[in-house]
This record gives sequence, structure tokens and C-alpha cells, in this order.
Amino acid sequence: MSAPDAVAAGPATDSVLRAEGLVKRYGSVTAMDGADFDLRRGEVLAVIGDNGAGKSTLIKALCGAVIPDEGTIWLDGEPVRFSSPLDARKAGIETVYQTLAVAPAMDIAGNLFLGRERRRKGPLGSVFRALDLSGMRADAQRQLDALGVATVQNIGQLVETLSGGQRQAVAVARAAMFASKLTIMDEPTAALGVRESGMVLDLIRRIRDNGLPVVLISHNMPHVFEIADRIHVHRLGRRTAVVKPDDYAMNEVVALMTGALRLTDGGELVDQKAEQPRRPGG
Amino acid sequence: MTTPVTTKTPARPGERRRPGVAELVLRYPALGPTCALVLAVVVFSLLTSTFLSLDNMSLVVEQSLVVGTLALGQTLIILTAGIDLANAAIMVFGTLVMAKLGSAVGGFGGLVAGVLLCVVLGTVSGSLVTGLRLPPFIVTLGMLTAVAASARIYAAGQSFPVTDALLGALGQRSYLFGRIEVTTGMLVAVLMFVVVWYALTRTAWGRHVYALGNDPEAARLTGIHVNRTLLSVYVVAGVIYGIAAWQSLGRIPNADPNAYQTGNLDSITAVVIGGTSLFGGRGGVVGTLVGALIVTVLRSGLTQAGIDELYQDVATGILVIVAVALDQLARRRAR
Repeated sequence: MSAPDAVAAGPATDSVLRAEGLVKRYGSVTAMDGADFDLRRGEVLAVIGDNGAGKSTLIKALCGAVIPDEGTIWLDGEPVRFSSPLDARKAGIETVYQTLAVAPAMDIAGNLFLGRERRRKGPLGSVFRALDLSGMRADAQRQLDALGVATVQNIGQLVETLSGGQRQAVAVARAAMFASKLTIMDEPTAALGVRESGMVLDLIRRIRDNGLPVVLISHNMPHVFEIADRIHVHRLGRRTAVVKPDDYAMNEVVALMTGALRLTDGGELVDQKAEQPRRPGG
Repeated sequence: MTTPVTTKTPARPGERRRPGVAELVLRYPALGPTCALVLAVVVFSLLTSTFLSLDNMSLVVEQSLVVGTLALGQTLIILTAGIDLANAAIMVFGTLVMAKLGSAVGGFGGLVAGVLLCVVLGTVSGSLVTGLRLPPFIVTLGMLTAVAASARIYAAGQSFPVTDALLGALGQRSYLFGRIEVTTGMLVAVLMFVVVWYALTRTAWGRHVYALGNDPEAARLTGIHVNRTLLSVYVVAGVIYGIAAWQSLGRIPNADPNAYQTGNLDSITAVVIGGTSLFGGRGGVVGTLVGALIVTVLRSGLTQAGIDELYQDVATGILVIVAVALDQLARRRAR
């Protein structure tokens, strides 16, 4: 991660989404203080951090909801500037919000294509603006089948009659359907029970296996350790460590997150208190 | 769970969800009102000897016409979780402009000016709702007061009889299949309902109207231009009120500033009885058509059965409450 490297090779080629030195200030509050970020091809990258660590500001900067004051974001090696979530979406980044952004009184197919409805071919579509209802239904069914969303039986079912996990699955399936580069998922298992969480985690795994990298924001350490390929630890407005779940124990990662431990460049964990100069007699 | 499911069999038997009554009500909001309408027609046909005749049916439709057209615009606005208290006042102002200006510059000029006025007033309501984010109830309450008063100022205490052929054209009678008496206004109304039904159910615009009524924040996040769509709803409603003004001159060729004083509430009644939810995002124009007919059928049937007009109002009031209660219960059951 030395500077000459970055200049010579440019952004690493296996990075899908990369950011360096992101800064965002709100008045006197610094929500992002030189944050870095790196999502690689074919991985699930979990982003964890304590409340107020600035991870939601980071995510918002990546999906276009917040414009950073400083820093650069690269998408597939190209520098990008998003001025709205729509911009990021057009570039191929889909976000699953914690609120899901679904219309409860609409059916599943309608929700999958909400805001991106497809018109029929020919004059019916171009002159009369008729929607390709049957085509959209078929595609929606295909997408749910491909992702193995087994508990949804009927594509015409109203979303409000679905369970929490099924609604989440609809939102996730929609993101996967339209994302060409990556998906960002904000706390997808936060409101779910054990079985439904398992279903959503399976879904995320399948999306990754289909080649779409996933950024997963989560507070749930067991879920993070179950599914993440790498874990981005955010603390005090910047990335403090990136670890693989196999290399460290859960309590060690939590300690990184709270600042009790620090990761050295050599990958060793150091007790923050032990590092401080000891006072005589103290 | 690793193999894609290709059949529609649920993964776990306990999870099978048979569409219950609540779900049917949610999915087909016009179903209940349609049953009620059929029931009412059957009952009144049995109770009275006069109700079931082509002439009476034709009269029922004709009497539903103006409020039904107002209710069509009202449906659009209620679908966005709004409400329009000013629609009848806007329409009445439209009739006055058509009649008063029409007598000076000719029927066509009056008609265009009247419809334009309705569109402008609808756009004003819509701009206040979208631009300043004011609650539609308050905006249209203010519009109701201001527009009704402006109409009276414009009319200067007079009413204006209409003699122009074009302005009265929607009252023109003809016979379908040689026996069914219809007015041109009825045909225009049917056409309007079909067009709005198509726009709501078959175009992206309609989807967006439902979605923003359902959950505006979700609609915004999915990339729908919420403000633009919402404003367009008020503009379209204004067009519909303009045509309702023309309808009203066809039915009674006299522009009266005191007409349709309860038109706003009557149109809300028709929409609500038709199964459209006051919370937005649920319902549609088929229900509204049925709702408007139910109100007139009740009135006509109860009159012919010799029941006092005040009892008719009691019946209509109860029906409104039943319709809203059904909507609420169904929504709660579905959770």
C-alpha cells in the first residue's frame, strides 16, 4: 500500500469499487476523516463499525447519497463522481436500503420493476406507452427462480402479504437484477428471525457466486463472520483495518472496532493501552 | 435451498397462504362495491315495480354523471394519499366562465377558457402541495374558500343560462340500439374513465402514482420523480374538472354559483364507497364508477320505495363508514 505502487499501477485491477482519502465535514463535525475503501471482484465485503464511526456516511458517499468534500472514488479503475443515488445507479451500483424502498400494496413483479418499467414493443408501447406486463412478470419470476427465492410462490402476490424475510428477498433480488457492477446492502438481516436471516444470507452468497460483489453493512457479528470474505473495520471516520474472518476471532475484530486493539502493518494485534508509555509508578 | 425452485409449490407446507377475504379485498378493491351495487339493484328491482326499467337505469347513470366525473379526478388525488376539497368549486367557476364569457366571445372560446381555468386552478393546488409540501387537505380547503368566493365575485350574484349549442352539447340525447337512451355526456364520461383506467393500470405513470401514494420515500429511492408525478396528477385532475364543468352545463344548461355546494364531499363519498383507500396507493377508477352508481342507485331506489330523503342520507353515511372500515380491517389483517 505504499505510495509509489499506487502511482505506478494506478488503482489495483481487481478492485471494483475503490476510494481513497474521503473526507466529509458537517460544520465542525468530521463524519469521514480520510476514509479508504476497497471492494474486490467476486467478494462479500462486510463493513462494520460502532455507532457514530461514520460507516453510514462512507456508504452514502459510495452510493451517491452524500458528496464527499475530498477524496477520489474509482469504479472499475475509472474515477467517478456521483451527485445523486440515481447517478450511482446508472453506473451499475444498486443499494438495498434498510427501509427496503418497496411499495407494499404492489405485487412482487411490480416492485421488482418499480421506477424501471419496461414498455411494450411497437406502437402500443411507443405511442400508447403500454407496459410489457407479461414480459416483466416472466423476467421477475426468472430472477426469483435463479436466486432460489423458494418461499415466494406467486409473482403476483402483494408485497404487504409477504413475511419480513420475503420482503427483504424481493428488495435484494431487485438490486441483483439491475446491478451491473456491485450491490450495497444496509443491514439486510437486522429485522429478521434466525431462519429468515439464513435465507437472506444464502441469497447474498448466491449473488456473489453469480459474480456480483456485495458490500454488506451489518452489526451482526455472527452473520458477518458467516458470509464475509473480508471485513472492513471502520473507526473514528476512517478505515482502521481490513481482516479476513478466518484469521481473527470475533472478539478480536470487535476489539478492533471499539479501539481496544490495533492492527499493525505486519498483521499483529496490539493492545492499545499496553502501547502507551508507562509512567513510573503507574 | 440451493436448487432454484421452478414450481410454485411452497417450500414449507406450513407457509401456504390461501388468499383469504382480507387479501381479496386488498387485491380487488372494486370487488366488494360491485357486489353491493348488484345487490342494491336486485333488491330495488324486487321492492318496486318502477326501478328496473331501461329509462330508470339511464336516468340513474345521468344523475351520477357530474359527481362521477368529479370523483374520477378525486380518485387520482386520493390515490396519492391526498384529498381535493376544492374540486366542485373549481368546476362551478369553470361553468360560470364558460357561460358568461361564452355569451360574449362564443361557445368555443368560453369552453376553452373554462377548461383552462380549471387546469390552472388544479395546477395551483398541485404546486402548493409539491413545491411547498403543504398538506393537500389544507391547500384544497383554502382553495375551496378562495375559489368559491372568486366565482361569486365573477358571477356578481347572477346565474347564466346557456343557449350555445356547443356548451350544451353533452346533454344531447341519442338512442343506442334504438332503445337505450344515452346522452353524449355519458359517452364522454365512459371514455374518460377508460382513458384514466388505462393510464393508471397500463402505463409507468400509473405505477408511479400508486407507488408514491403507497410510500413516497420508497418511490423516491427507486428513482421515481415524485414531485413531477404528483404535480401531473393535480394537472390531470384539473382537466377532468374542466370536462365535468362542460358535463354539468349539458345536464342543466344554467351556470349557477350556488350549484354543487356538496359536490366535493359527494365525490369523496363515491371514491371511498368504491373501495379506494384514503391512505393512498390502493383502489382505482373502476371502484369509483361503481361507487358513484351505488350512491345514485340508493337514492333512486329508496325514493321509489317511498323512503324519506333524510333516511337516504343516513344510508349513504353508513355506507361510507362501512367502506372505510373494510379497507382498514383488510389492511390490518394483511400485516
